[in-house]
Parts: sequence; structure tokens; C-alpha cells
Amino acid sequence: MSILAAPQAIAEAAESAPPTRMPAAAPRAGRSRAARVRYALVVLAFLLPSAIPLALFVIGPMIAAVWISLHDWNLIAPMRFVGLDNFASLLADPATGDVFLHTVGYIIGYLPLVYVGGLLLALALNQALKGRSLWRGIYFLPVVTSWIVVALVWRWLLNPSTGIVNTALAGLGIDGPGWWTDPAWAMPSIVLASAWKDVGFVMVILLAGLQAINPDLYDAARVDGAGPWRRLWSITLPMLSPSTFFVVVISLINGFQVFDQVYAMTGGGPGGASQVVVQQIYDLTFRYGAAGEAAALSWMLFAVILAVTVVQIIGQKRWVHYV
Amino acid sequence: MLLHAVVIVGALAMLFPFAWTVITSITPGAGLTLRPQLWPSDPSLEAYATLFAERPFARVVLNSLGLAVATTVIQLVTSATAAYAFSRLPFRGRGVVFAIYLATMMVPLQVLIVPLFAELRAFGLLNTYLGALLPSFASAFGIFLLRQAINQVPRELDEAATLDGAGHGRIFLSIILPNIRPALATLTIFAFMGSWNSFLWPLVVLRDPELQTLPIALAGLQGQYTTAWDVVMAGSVVSVLPMLALYLIAQKHIIQGVASAGLK
Repeated sequence: MSILAAPQAIAEAAESAPPTRMPAAAPRAGRSRAARVRYALVVLAFLLPSAIPLALFVIGPMIAAVWISLHDWNLIAPMRFVGLDNFASLLADPATGDVFLHTVGYIIGYLPLVYVGGLLLALALNQALKGRSLWRGIYFLPVVTSWIVVALVWRWLLNPSTGIVNTALAGLGIDGPGWWTDPAWAMPSIVLASAWKDVGFVMVILLAGLQAINPDLYDAARVDGAGPWRRLWSITLPMLSPSTFFVVVISLINGFQVFDQVYAMTGGGPGGASQVVVQQIYDLTFRYGAAGEAAALSWMLFAVILAVTVVQIIGQKRWVHYV
Repeated sequence: MLLHAVVIVGALAMLFPFAWTVITSITPGAGLTLRPQLWPSDPSLEAYATLFAERPFARVVLNSLGLAVATTVIQLVTSATAAYAFSRLPFRGRGVVFAIYLATMMVPLQVLIVPLFAELRAFGLLNTYLGALLPSFASAFGIFLLRQAINQVPRELDEAATLDGAGHGRIFLSIILPNIRPALATLTIFAFMGSWNSFLWPLVVLRDPELQTLPIALAGLQGQYTTAWDVVMAGSVVSVLPMLALYLIAQKHIIQGVASAGLK
């Protein structure tokens, strides 16, 4: 959730960097030294409660992570400088490719599912539908539920032998798959649970976007004889593109960081079939005592996320229409 | 209409897992029988009794509650003060400082896990509540949210108070804060929700079962009761209820907070 407003926020900060208006209390050059010191103390009093924790627990560790990534370290013995060896051995290790592949596989399954699902629901709820806020409330329910609960509940629903889903399938004469116990079905199970949890979030974002579209556009299109499909393609989707962009950026950032539901549903198994990058960082640190490699991998993940986000921000000019 | 059918079927798909969780939690021996019962033949609260008897589960609930309340209060204070500075206290380099603050939102927690763990171990703060709290003392998201709100408060109000001899402390407390109540409410909800549901950091820092939070204890339950699904689902019900209550009270604030994030 903290990542929610990041991309626009940064863009906005860049815009608002020079203070455009000086309030009455601005310190003037001519003021006495004592008054200036007093003002500086006031500024510090307001800033330090947030600046100290951010420096100590975000910025400091971020820099330290670079340092650690250059060392061989098991969290206990003294650190040994190894240069870029951690990065080299990660790149040489086929497991690294696998965890990135699994993570990308998760995203490829998850993103179309939540987007199309969320869009359908938003379109439906945007019509004059009775009890819209009730429906919206129901769809948003899983969003406020913790990932762990969602993972456990789905583990139970998708239990191969005693779960309700396979029981229902058996009732229809279908032999249900082994879900999270089957290497081929483990990731689809995680995707299903994740899409169920997040579809309401996507729907709320897209619904807000739909409601911001000027209804005159549709009237004009109707006068021109455009049918419902034409209106969807030529008006709704282009006008919705800023909201779509937001959903895609956030989903990719969160998708690359997928962890909680994997940890609770499969633990990365069976046989590493659903091992994702963050699970690998966790395991390297706390199971294999390879904190240096874990730090290196976390930087690789960060670099990938940053690159993907930057590419999207650059690429948005081609398809995102701001009014 | 087709779209309406989609909405209704989808809503059932959203609600069913919750209903099934509750039903399973009152079905003794769920997971042992081969055919799941749609309604238990002998419903009982046995699983809840097991849950609170065999694990320090009451303590776990209190841990989660305490940490969520503390995180919320701390973030409200650190966000409001910083937001005031970024909105009302001009100083040289303020734009750069603000950009650095916002950039911290882009850093995934995973990058910080190893150094944070080492740092808190050096401070002797592993397995302490303080250690669980420290990394979320300040929230760039909260600062951004409140700064937006403070920017909307007319500056004439500050100026009038300044003429009456009020300093920044007075203006902050008696003019700004009362005028940004809706944003404070939104932040309260997001901070509480974030803490209540957070998993990775508490998992790393709180190893002692007495100190664990609900999501960690739940993940542990599953390892302990591999087939006693009634107990695991009872734990899930207990952990969802407070969030559900908050959601029902503040649904409007939560959904509008999310919706407005996507507009712009």
C-alpha cells in the first residue's frame, strides 16, 4: 500500500520543487540571527520525527545493502569482501533464472485476470445498477483481508482431496487437479487466489476512472451511429487509459514483490515449482546463511522493478491519453 | 442483463470463501472426512477453544492490536508534522528533501531486510515490539497524503492566527489539524490496515511465539495442524473480524482513498 501513490507523487514533487508561494511566516534575509536560528529549530522540530526514522531505517539500510552485497556473510561470522562475486554467482546459478521466471509467470497469469475481471465489473457497476455501493463493498472485502488469511482459505478451498472445489468438480464428473500440491498447478493456484483478492481493488480504480469520463462523448458517438462495441473501443478504453496505466504500474511493482501468499500457500514448492524472487531472498538470508547473495539479489530485483517502471513511464506517451 | 449476472455471480464468488471459512471453523474434524459437509451435522466452537488453549493466541491477538494502534498513532504524528513542514515552512532545499522522502516509497522492503535485521540485532531489538515498530515509524505515503490535505487549507487562516500572535505549534495544532480531519481518518485506516496485515518484517523480527502477530501465528498454525482445518479457519476468522469491523465502519473512506489514488 505504501507504494500506491509513488509514481505520480514523484512526478508531482518534481513539479512543486520550487516553493511557488511564500507564506507570511517566511524568514526574511533581514531578520536577526536569533530569529533565523529560532526558525531553523522550528523546522527541525517538525521534520526530525520523520527524518530520523527514514534515515535510520530506510535510507541507511538501503546504502548498507549495497555494502553487504559486496561481501560474503552468513549474518554471524565477520564479513569478507568479495567484490562482485555474489552477483557473478547469482548470474551463474540456474536457480536465479528460475525464480525470476516464476515471478514473471505469476505476473503474466495475474495481470490479465485482474484487469479484465476488474474492467468487466467496473463497466457493469458503472451502469445505473441498484445498490452499487453494496456490490462495490462486497468486491472490496478481500482487499482488506490479509494475504495470509487469503492464502490459507484458498489452500483449504483448493485442497486436492478434501477441498470443496475438487469435491464440486467431482460432482460434475471432472477429476480436479492437485492444485498447490502439483508442480504444474502450484503457480496457477497462487494466481487464482491473488486475482480473487485484488480484483476489487482494480475495479474501484477503474470505476473511479469511468465515472470521470464526460457523458457528452457517448451522446456524440451515439448521434454518429457508434454501437456499444465501438463506443467501448473508441471512447471508454482510451479515456480510461490513465487508470489502466496506474493499475498496470502498481500491479507490476507489487507482482515482482509477490511473497506473502506464496510463503503461506506453497512455501515455494512443491520442489521449488513456485519459488519466487522474494522467497529466494528470504531463504538465502535465513535458511542458507547467504546474506551477501540475498542483498545482491534484492538489488537485482529492485533494478528490474525500477527498469520496468521507468520503461512504462516513458512508454505511456504512446497509449495513455490525459484529458 | 449479462453484466448484471456477472456482478451477482462474481459477488457470490467473493462471499463464498468467507462463508466457507466460518462454516469450516464450526465443523469439528473438518479436513479429516473425505466429503466436505456444506453444513456441519454437529456445529461446535471446539476449534476456537483449541485455538486459544494450545497457543498463546489471545496474546497474539493483543500483539497485533497493540502494534497496529501504536503504528497508527506514530505515523499520524510523524506524517502530520512532516506534512506541515513541507506545506508551510519554506527552507532552502525543501524540494530536494521532499523528493528524497517520496523516493523512499519506491524502495521495496525486501531490499532492506538483510541490513535492517543486522541493524536491529546490533541494537538488541530483535524479538521486541520496538523492533517490529521502528521501520514503520515514518510513512512517505502518509506524509504525501497529509501534505496534499494541508495544501488545501486556506493560508489566510494561518495569517490571521499569526497576527493574533500564534506560533507554528499553535497554528499546527489548532488550525491545520482540525481542518484536515478526513485525510487523518484515511491515514488512520491505511496505517492500521498496513500494520494489521503486514507479514514479512514481523516474520523476520518476532521469532518468540509470545510476541508474534496474527499473520505469523496463522502461518504457523498451518504447519502445526496440517489436517485440522477447523482450527486453521477459526484462526482466520479471528484475524479477519477486527479488520472487517473497521471496514464496515469506514468503508466509504477506504474506497474513496483508493479510488482517488488512481485519478490524476
